[in-house]
Amino acid sequence: MKKLNLLIVGVGGQGTLLASRILGTVALKLNFDVKVSEVHGMSQRGGSVVTYVRYGEKVYSPLIEKGEADLIIAFEQLEALRWVDYLHKDGKMIVNEQEIDPMPVIIGKAKYPEKILDTLKTSYSIYSLDALKIARECGTIKAVNIVLLGVMAKLAGIDKNIFMEAINEVVPAKVLDVNIKAFEEGYNYHN
Amino acid sequence: MKKLMLGNEAVARGAYEAGCSVAAAYPGTPSTEITEYISKYDEIYSEWAPNEKVALEVAIGSSIGGARSICSMKHVGLNVAADPLFTVSYTGVNGGLVIMVADDPGMHSSQNEQDSRFYARSSKVPMLEPSDSQECKDFVKQAFSISETFDCPVIVRLSTRVSHSQSAVELSDKEDYKLKQYSKDANKYVMMPAMARKRHVEVEKRMAALREFSNESRLNKVEMTSKDIGVITSGISYQYVKEAMPDASVLKIGMVHPIPEKLIADFAANVKTLYVVEELEPFFENQIKKMGIKVIGKEKLPIIGEFSAQLVAEKLLDKKFDSQEASNNAVPVRPPVMCPGCPHRGMFYVLKKLGLTVSGDIGCYTLGALPPNEAMDICVCMGASIGVAHGLEKARGADFRKKTVAVIGDSTFIHSGITGLIDIVYNKGNSTVIILDNSITGMTGHQHNPTTGFTIKGEPTKQVDLELLCKSVGVDRVTVVDPFDIKEFEKVVKAETDADEPSVIISQRPCALLKHVKYEGSHRIIQDKCKKCRMCMKIGCPAIVEKGDHLEINPALCVGCKLCTKICGFGAIERAGE
Repeated sequence: MKKLNLLIVGVGGQGTLLASRILGTVALKLNFDVKVSEVHGMSQRGGSVVTYVRYGEKVYSPLIEKGEADLIIAFEQLEALRWVDYLHKDGKMIVNEQEIDPMPVIIGKAKYPEKILDTLKTSYSIYSLDALKIARECGTIKAVNIVLLGVMAKLAGIDKNIFMEAINEVVPAKVLDVNIKAFEEGYNYHN
Repeated sequence: MKKLMLGNEAVARGAYEAGCSVAAAYPGTPSTEITEYISKYDEIYSEWAPNEKVALEVAIGSSIGGARSICSMKHVGLNVAADPLFTVSYTGVNGGLVIMVADDPGMHSSQNEQDSRFYARSSKVPMLEPSDSQECKDFVKQAFSISETFDCPVIVRLSTRVSHSQSAVELSDKEDYKLKQYSKDANKYVMMPAMARKRHVEVEKRMAALREFSNESRLNKVEMTSKDIGVITSGISYQYVKEAMPDASVLKIGMVHPIPEKLIADFAANVKTLYVVEELEPFFENQIKKMGIKVIGKEKLPIIGEFSAQLVAEKLLDKKFDSQEASNNAVPVRPPVMCPGCPHRGMFYVLKKLGLTVSGDIGCYTLGALPPNEAMDICVCMGASIGVAHGLEKARGADFRKKTVAVIGDSTFIHSGITGLIDIVYNKGNSTVIILDNSITGMTGHQHNPTTGFTIKGEPTKQVDLELLCKSVGVDRVTVVDPFDIKEFEKVVKAETDADEPSVIISQRPCALLKHVKYEGSHRIIQDKCKKCRMCMKIGCPAIVEKGDHLEINPALCVGCKLCTKICGFGAIERAGE
């Protein structure tokens, strides 16, 4: 792809920042101009979080607007639903099937929507998987982010080796093996 | 070599390449990572200071001592550091002095949306504003050079989207900067009336020179395309303008104070319609209008919140975008919450149970104001909880005070809470202050502070003993208690609020996200024993959820802190098997 607008959405604490750092590094290796925008601080405490990754010949704004994302990686189902308006009508969305109840649901002020995946599938190309289970099988639930990146790499048709180089640079050495395994599992998931 | 860097990381790199050798800061989103990245350079001495005022004073000292020095803070931190700022503007510098300030339009993690550019103008200090990571590095290096050329501190203003966006940065070698000579010069560095009057004259001369410099400097640049539309902009807004209005001519202001008046007048004369695109206040706009130039700004663009390319296109080009917001009505909001295992949860459970008025402060624990605890009445700024509690007592008397507490984190207490406590003791107040000692500065992402016993580089150092500190200022009643020992905590809060003298409760338990904190792992609800009384849900743990007709614990979130097991009256929660 000559340019890409990608959103990573999830719940603070799920490892979205590391995923965006790897993607930014990949884009740089592909010789693109790249911007990755994230928000730190209060929203990282279990709130809804979004990271924007944009690459292309020249990127000005670090933000992606509604209807402009080519790809969305959602780490959680409700967040997938929340951000789906940002997806381009021809875009693709990768959804981790994990559910995390937000506080309004926990205290009974709101209901967690039912059948989110079915709703999303009526209008968009959705690629869903239980990344938590896959990550656990690889050795740590913290690798959910890397499993999802593996899926993304395949969908976007990006050279796997470039991802491997980026993971090597960004992920700490002591957890490298489990993360490479997680990436492979994600990459081979939708065959 | 090109490297992907956060704006904040690029600032650190700029300081390194400029040969800066002293850095001081107090953490604050979105500025924190500047000093965290600086601390990784062994060539730069770095520290977390107790607050922004001290941080700036340290940087002033090292600048006068001949070193290139940098001091970083968030926008509200500059309020705390404003006192030294206004006078270091008079003394000027020796080694270059750069003050980084990060504004937070949209208030992603702040209590107000102030525009720091006014500080530059009122303190008569030049200010630069980069628009991406490469400029962050380049502008910081130029700021050091301007600081030394014009003998003044230089403020570099960031905003959340510049601080926390990553883009490519071309790295250069470190400059071999030699420590400047220090020589005593009371007329320059001792600001008493007689000396300050003379220095003020120098300040005005300097500002006149800087106004000329601004017109010539390559920090400000014109990108001329069409003559129909011209846009004056700076910082992140520049990126939105380039994205939304590729055909417009742009005057990008890199030196936001003093503004390049001649350049602006020439640019204005060359375009038919002139816009100013700036987030927050009409800082450029009002100055340009004062020059007698017709310009459109805040009549079309909001004064509140962040901009985006779409917003610029909507407001200035009348473009319409499909709004699909209606489809989103059914999506429940997800506000931030205290983490599973958070020590503050036990405390807020007790405060809510006792129905106390809670004077709050700035930190993770401010989340105690949100449902389900809703156990916070007031929160203003860093350190305010204690003075506010004292004021409540003086206004409403002893009966009200006995139902009131102040809550403040360990780092915030050192930042500016200790002075409030001294006020209570000195002025015969009897308030109860709860210090939340979680062994770290939490909300900003785990920075050490004077109560943790470690420096920014993780080296062991003297640790402020909170108990001893409170006693030494005259508080005789100081109790240390574990907030997860709910019964004991409740007993202590009742006793201390009831006492007719000032008291401090140190609520001591480390942040659950600290690496050395090991809980035993996820728990589960034994469905046969659960009576569905929902008591465990009152603590507001995000891991305890209702699924269909029963309650369960989300194993991916639960850390095993066991707080819920102490609330459950039926022994229905146990460690989950593998």
